[in-house]
Amino acid sequence: MMNRWNVGKRLLPLFAGIMLLLSACGRADLSTLNPQGPVAEEQYGLMKLAISIMIFVVIVVFAISLYVIVRFRRRPGDNKIPVQVEGNHKLEIIWTVIPLILLVILAVPTVNSVFGLAKDYSKDKDAIKVEVTSHQFWWEFYYPEYDIRTAQELVIPTGKKIAISAKSGDVMHAFWIPSLAGKIDTNPGAADANGTANTNKMYFEAPKAGVYLGKCAELCGPSHALMDFKVKAVDEASFENWKTAQKAPVALPSDPAIKDAIVSNCLSCHAIGDQGGLSFPNLSDIGSRSTVGGILVNTNDAKYKNEGTTEENLKRWIEDPNAVKPGALMPAFKDELSEQEIDGIAKYLAGLKIDYEK
Amino acid sequence: MAHAHAHTVKRRTGLMDWLTTVDHKKIGILYLLAGGLFFLVGGLEAIMIRIQLWKPLNDFVSADTYNELLTMHGTTMIFLAAMPMLFALMNAVIPLQIGARDVAFPFLNSLGFWTFFFGGVLLNVSWFTGGAPDAGWTSYVPLASPAYNTDYGVDYYVIGLQIAGIGTLIGGINFLVTIINMRAPGMTFMRMPMFTWAIFVTSALILFAFPALTVGLVALMFDRLFEANFFNVANGGNTVLWEHIFWIFGHPEVYILILPAFGVISEVISTFSRKRLFGYSSMVFATVLIGFLGFMVWAHHMFTAGLGPVANALFSIATMLIAVPTGIKIFNWLFTMWGGSIKFTSANLFAVGFVPTFVMGGVTGVMLAAAPADFQYHDSYFVVAHFHYVIVGGLILGIFSGLHYWWPKMFGKMLNEFLGKLTFWTFFIGFHMTFLIQHFLGLMGMPRRIYTYLDGLGFNEMNLISTIGAFLMGLGTIFFIINIIVTAVSGQKASNDPWEDGRTLEWTIPSPAPEYNFKQTPLVRGYDAFWKEKMDGNKEMTPAEPIGPIHMPSPSILPLFMAIGLFIAGLGFMYHKYYIGGAGLAILFLCMLIRSLKDDHGFHIEPEELQDKGVKA
Amino acid sequence: MSAHTHADGHLPHEPEKATLEGRNKVLGFWLFLGGETVLFGTLFSAFLALRDKVGEGNPTANELFNLSTVAIATFILLTSSLTSVFAIQAMHAGKKAAMLWWLAITVLFGLGFLGLEIYEFYEYVHEGHGFTTSAFSSSFYTLVGFHGGHVAFGVIWISLLIGQVLKKGLNVVTAPKIYVAGMYWHFIDVVWVFIFTVVYLMGKVG
Repeated sequence: MMNRWNVGKRLLPLFAGIMLLLSACGRADLSTLNPQGPVAEEQYGLMKLAISIMIFVVIVVFAISLYVIVRFRRRPGDNKIPVQVEGNHKLEIIWTVIPLILLVILAVPTVNSVFGLAKDYSKDKDAIKVEVTSHQFWWEFYYPEYDIRTAQELVIPTGKKIAISAKSGDVMHAFWIPSLAGKIDTNPGAADANGTANTNKMYFEAPKAGVYLGKCAELCGPSHALMDFKVKAVDEASFENWKTAQKAPVALPSDPAIKDAIVSNCLSCHAIGDQGGLSFPNLSDIGSRSTVGGILVNTNDAKYKNEGTTEENLKRWIEDPNAVKPGALMPAFKDELSEQEIDGIAKYLAGLKIDYEK
Repeated sequence: MAHAHAHTVKRRTGLMDWLTTVDHKKIGILYLLAGGLFFLVGGLEAIMIRIQLWKPLNDFVSADTYNELLTMHGTTMIFLAAMPMLFALMNAVIPLQIGARDVAFPFLNSLGFWTFFFGGVLLNVSWFTGGAPDAGWTSYVPLASPAYNTDYGVDYYVIGLQIAGIGTLIGGINFLVTIINMRAPGMTFMRMPMFTWAIFVTSALILFAFPALTVGLVALMFDRLFEANFFNVANGGNTVLWEHIFWIFGHPEVYILILPAFGVISEVISTFSRKRLFGYSSMVFATVLIGFLGFMVWAHHMFTAGLGPVANALFSIATMLIAVPTGIKIFNWLFTMWGGSIKFTSANLFAVGFVPTFVMGGVTGVMLAAAPADFQYHDSYFVVAHFHYVIVGGLILGIFSGLHYWWPKMFGKMLNEFLGKLTFWTFFIGFHMTFLIQHFLGLMGMPRRIYTYLDGLGFNEMNLISTIGAFLMGLGTIFFIINIIVTAVSGQKASNDPWEDGRTLEWTIPSPAPEYNFKQTPLVRGYDAFWKEKMDGNKEMTPAEPIGPIHMPSPSILPLFMAIGLFIAGLGFMYHKYYIGGAGLAILFLCMLIRSLKDDHGFHIEPEELQDKGVKA
Repeated sequence: MSAHTHADGHLPHEPEKATLEGRNKVLGFWLFLGGETVLFGTLFSAFLALRDKVGEGNPTANELFNLSTVAIATFILLTSSLTSVFAIQAMHAGKKAAMLWWLAITVLFGLGFLGLEIYEFYEYVHEGHGFTTSAFSSSFYTLVGFHGGHVAFGVIWISLLIGQVLKKGLNVVTAPKIYVAGMYWHFIDVVWVFIFTVVYLMGKVG
């Protein structure tokens, strides 16, 4: 018998190497292999355990396959009839029992984790509650404790449990922040007696300040690919600032022409401060968001097609939202408004900033 | 009854022969042709998907077209390519393997083919009538509901699949009855070849899984065409209900696809290792167990749907359990080769390549079974990689293996070995190149079903590699087509037992098999019936009956007309033209009436005819 | 196929199983009914999931259902199952005429059941319980309607079989057809027992 334990020892560095390779994979704000919070870390731990067991299985099968293929290949002119073996009870029991043991090793932490991650923080005083509503193709975030409603950018304090309750306003979507937590579907549901039909709950936590990329993970229509959002984790004080600033009134532009254009066009659907409609994304702090429409990245140093300054991006969006996000419900304004009006609106919106970070 | 002998043999030729045939071998070829055609269509769709994704922010196709492509690729490959090609092998091989002259219901067999074919055609007609279905092959509501999907695409999906599903269900019942009732004398259940066992269990799964899909499709059709409220949330409908119904069908469907491949691999590996299948009884047990567990695990597709921790934990464990019987199979194959004398024909290359490849798909399946980790994998490219490893790395390699193996029995000519090996290596390397890397894409945060991705996310290189791999797979398929043409033109004629190591009954009769299969029904004296005779020094099977007249079913055009009737009815109802729909159903019922009223006595092939080989094969 | 022939009245005891075709037909039909069981099982699950989704202002199951009509329908259908058993017994005894009479009575009962069901649906629609009213109504009509469709198909099928036997006699070709039609009829009876319990009785109680 080959010395099994020595083989195991020799394989250990290999596993370690694979793990190192895996953890080097992907961006810290996007990859599940580079977790940035305890929930994603727990999930990553389970993934590592599973991957190790599975690589062990794969190596065993590959090794036997290779050995068999080389050792027992038919040589030219070989006409002998091999022994016709019916089976071998001992062997068959071994390859029934060993997988069972491996599965138990995986199943115990799995079940443990299933119940751990299903913990409900929605009644926890220290947790920040957020009601997530998904729409084609944007995300609405409502903080019931503060009565704040935002879109596309989920601002959270670091180090606190964020209790999410998620539902959909139209079709099914899935709420996913790979580097912070696995996903949960957002189901549509008419309010029933409890008002919570089909609402799904999850929680996560971001110990480190930073921006994390969020994705829609369930096919939801043409712009499913573009239904991104950001999670912005800031320290406690900044979060308090942000809350206060969200409540502050927002002045409309002084130029009466631009103001009229905004009131008659934008505010029928969108809110700015305490004015306007609630059915589409709130624009009160659109100038301080890192993206427009979740997909046009705001930067002064544009490198990619989807990047530009906030103002440029806003203009691009207002002119023809469907060119940016196919299937978006907002109509194109390039023929509805004059160039000056669009410029003015974009400039005004780009200036709607809440500077809350200390 | 008695005057049956008097019937003259009515033989059709040319196209009419193919349209009216009830011969399982010809129906098998029809399935292969139609399934192969749809495989090319689905493959083309896959290539277009990969072209779109080869670089970030590509605009080869629009977002809408992309969703149509991904929906049709999945639907076509599962329902119109993979399953028909399996039915091709079933039809070509099962009656021969069990020593039967025919299937139990030759007429229904033909009906099954034509309904599948016209269902598939109907589904693909949608490309030319204003938009294919675009809600994914899973067609989740509300995206597929009339409120959010206003064109006709999903109507084609629900109606096309219902029609195709009828064909599949008929096939399932047919093969169950054939295997239960029509085995040759001496072939007990525990002497059946492994492929026959696999098809037996598969057929049972079809029987119990497809009606659930039918109900789901009917409910969605009622919602779409007649304003029902099954999935209409505003009127109390429930969208998670669709997920349950779909996956109660959908998970067994995965095993419907993979079990026949397991069967093929068992036959091929055993033949080319010149060795009895290792652990036959445990193989049978594992197949049955996988079939059974297949119905217990559907909710693992719904871990993120919010079913709660208890359901998630139970379905996690149930899913992991499937690894045990699957593992038994893997090691049984490896130990069939162990100590054998392995000949690497192209059929066997595919089979040997299958084993480690399928293991890779299997282990990622176990990884996905761990619900909390699945929250990360779910709907990401990791899942895409996983199920392509199972379906392409498992099923398609299995089908290729089976086609290379049984081609001489189906067509009477040997496929070119050099081209076969070329097919294997390009397809195999291309496959791993396409899909291995996608595991990592998923783990790095790339969701599935996205028509584009941004630059700078670290997805670029891997997507490029994946696309190159897809082209290699396409190249492999082209080599296979060339091989078919070359073989048809100048292939070497195949003997009864062209691989020389045949173990089962299909290798005891001429290639291709005559229309009556067995001149005399063979007497089966053990497992691997033909091999046993060979080892006892016999060249042929011992017949179980004297040579006598052989009863054959008569050909019929009715199945074709019935399928056309359904096709017309589907189109009519879809566009709310009820007179057209009614006319289609009238054709269907009229054909059924004719079938019921007109006794089909069939005809007999007389012994003299068998002797002078006047029977065309 | 057996080359020997049987004149009327000299059939084997179980003529439906005298030929391989007959045996195939009976087994295949059993399996088909297995698939039908899954079909109705799924319809029942959908109904159970949606039965409380009545919607505001619409009649509830309790208000809607009139148990006496349904009880009569149930009685009729159960009796028709019995008469179909008599038909098969007559067939096994080789009594063609008796078999045909029992089949005809079965068909009449089936028609009676259908009439009651159509009347019932008509009433419901008038009470504001249409197919598109709510998730409850859609799933109700789909489940009960699928069953009704099966009954209608059975009625037509058995009628045609009566005609065939009149023309061709009772032999090893027609016997399996009648036998499987009998199986079919029992099956839709069993389904109805479940519908009566799950839809109507539970609707009245819950």
